[in-house]
Amino acid sequence: MKRRAGLSWLWFGLGLVYFFLPLIATFLFSLHGKKGVLGFSAYQRVFADPQFLKTFLFSLEMAVFTVLASLALIVPTTIWVQLKLPKAKPVMEILALLPFVIPPIILAFGLIRSYSKPPFALVSSPALLVAGYVIISFPYVYRSVDSGLRAMDLRGLSEAAQSLGAGWGRLLFGVVLPNLRTALLSAIFLTFAIVIGELTLAVLLAWPAFGPYMALVGRDLAYEPAALAIMSFALTWGSIGIIQAIARTGKGKDDGAGIGAGAH
Amino acid sequence: MPPSHSDEGKKKAREARLLFAARGWLRRIGPWAGILPFLAFVFAFMLLPASSIFIGSFQDKGGAFTLDNLAHLLKPNIFSSYVITIRISAVSATLGGFLGFLIAYGITMGGLPKPVRSFMTTFSGVASNFAGVPLAFAFIATLGRVGLVTVLFRTVFGFELYGSGFNLYSFWGLSLTYVYFQIPLMVLIITPSLDGMKREWLEAAENLGASSLQYWIKVGIPVLLPSILASFILLFGNAFGAYATAYALTGGLINIVPILIGAQIRGDVLHDPNLGYAMALGMVIVMTASILVYSWLQKISSRWVK
Repeated sequence: MKRRAGLSWLWFGLGLVYFFLPLIATFLFSLHGKKGVLGFSAYQRVFADPQFLKTFLFSLEMAVFTVLASLALIVPTTIWVQLKLPKAKPVMEILALLPFVIPPIILAFGLIRSYSKPPFALVSSPALLVAGYVIISFPYVYRSVDSGLRAMDLRGLSEAAQSLGAGWGRLLFGVVLPNLRTALLSAIFLTFAIVIGELTLAVLLAWPAFGPYMALVGRDLAYEPAALAIMSFALTWGSIGIIQAIARTGKGKDDGAGIGAGAH
Repeated sequence: MPPSHSDEGKKKAREARLLFAARGWLRRIGPWAGILPFLAFVFAFMLLPASSIFIGSFQDKGGAFTLDNLAHLLKPNIFSSYVITIRISAVSATLGGFLGFLIAYGITMGGLPKPVRSFMTTFSGVASNFAGVPLAFAFIATLGRVGLVTVLFRTVFGFELYGSGFNLYSFWGLSLTYVYFQIPLMVLIITPSLDGMKREWLEAAENLGASSLQYWIKVGIPVLLPSILASFILLFGNAFGAYATAYALTGGLINIVPILIGAQIRGDVLHDPNLGYAMALGMVIVMTASILVYSWLQKISSRWVK
């Protein structure tokens, strides 16, 4: 099949152009912050804007809470299903498909409708935003943890640990979680990448998050948005790059971590 | 023999049976308690909100049952927003799926070297996540009125992109922007299927004297078709529900379904909140149909490609 390599290079090249041309254009654009001179003044202005740091820290905080909540909720559940309740596996698979059927825009709509009236007036609480983020990132966290669990002999390990006298806590923290390190780290970084730049839920639930801030800058200014896009790309590249690096050093093979996160 | 004795025995036996049954029931139900917190969370923050949309789309302003909202979906301006959303999704899924497939083919069986493959997988992971607001900015810098490509066309080829009817903030612009995350998504989801194509099939076909074209028509495409269609549907749904990119690109001024729903949430632009629910329901129906067809196609393709 070597004869077709030439054509393959052509398509690969076309793909590269499609990927990199917008990035190059954005980078060049971002350097035009000061008239007539190429430089990083657009970046300086972005960093000088107090709103930048404020909204970024807000999103970072939301990301931390999302990670904590989704790990606390999803990891024990997935382990439990694997060990004690294989019958619930199809249920989990269907639930993991549902965030695709209910995109963030619909989720936001439903959350507002369900939680804007007493007794559950949660709309003004950041907890509702975090809950929405847990739902959005659930498929990715679940897939990651599930494949991590399948890669190890969970049943054998748990029987060995229990016959040596370990209780449930010891089993979880001493045996299972250390073996799940790779999967957990990739779930964490993916969740960060999704939450930090997320727009839909943040803008519709009216939170001063990083996504809405970027959109606002894009509406009013010309060169700063390009600088923000480059920084944001660097952030995504950093997160996913770390996931891939972890996946490669860990024993789990590269299973395309982070397939199409839900921030579109 | 005193009758009371046997009665007591019977009673004991019944109690034991009951206890046994109860214990069996507990053993069967008990493990479900372990996933109860998770199920409760999913119910509260996904299933309940979704069903409230469902219910709302069958209610009038006073809360009484009605089918009017669904009928209003056929109003020209609402119906046309569905048509344009479907067109954008189909075009971006087709273009992105086509190029993504060719790239995935190149890195699996097309003879591209191994480092290219691992670069491509990593990069696709990043690029498929590079969506939303930053992606919109990147395309404004590329194809906007003073974007790099627009200016390049003007100065090098003397061609006015915007004079030819192209506009980044309308149908083609949005479609081309979506293609950016559709290509890498396609690479990520179709690569496993291409990996599953067995070398023996090609060798057997070649030994039997088949040409490369015959191999593809008789073997390759029939085996891959379900996976390709399934991927297409996933890309379609991915574009159909996309809000952030379109919002940041057009400032909420394009008449597509997610944008209309978003506008409805922020203020009563349809002059009828329940019509908003009906639009959301319409979107959920499209998405549900896609995911059902997707699962069905996946099942078919898993017969061949493991």
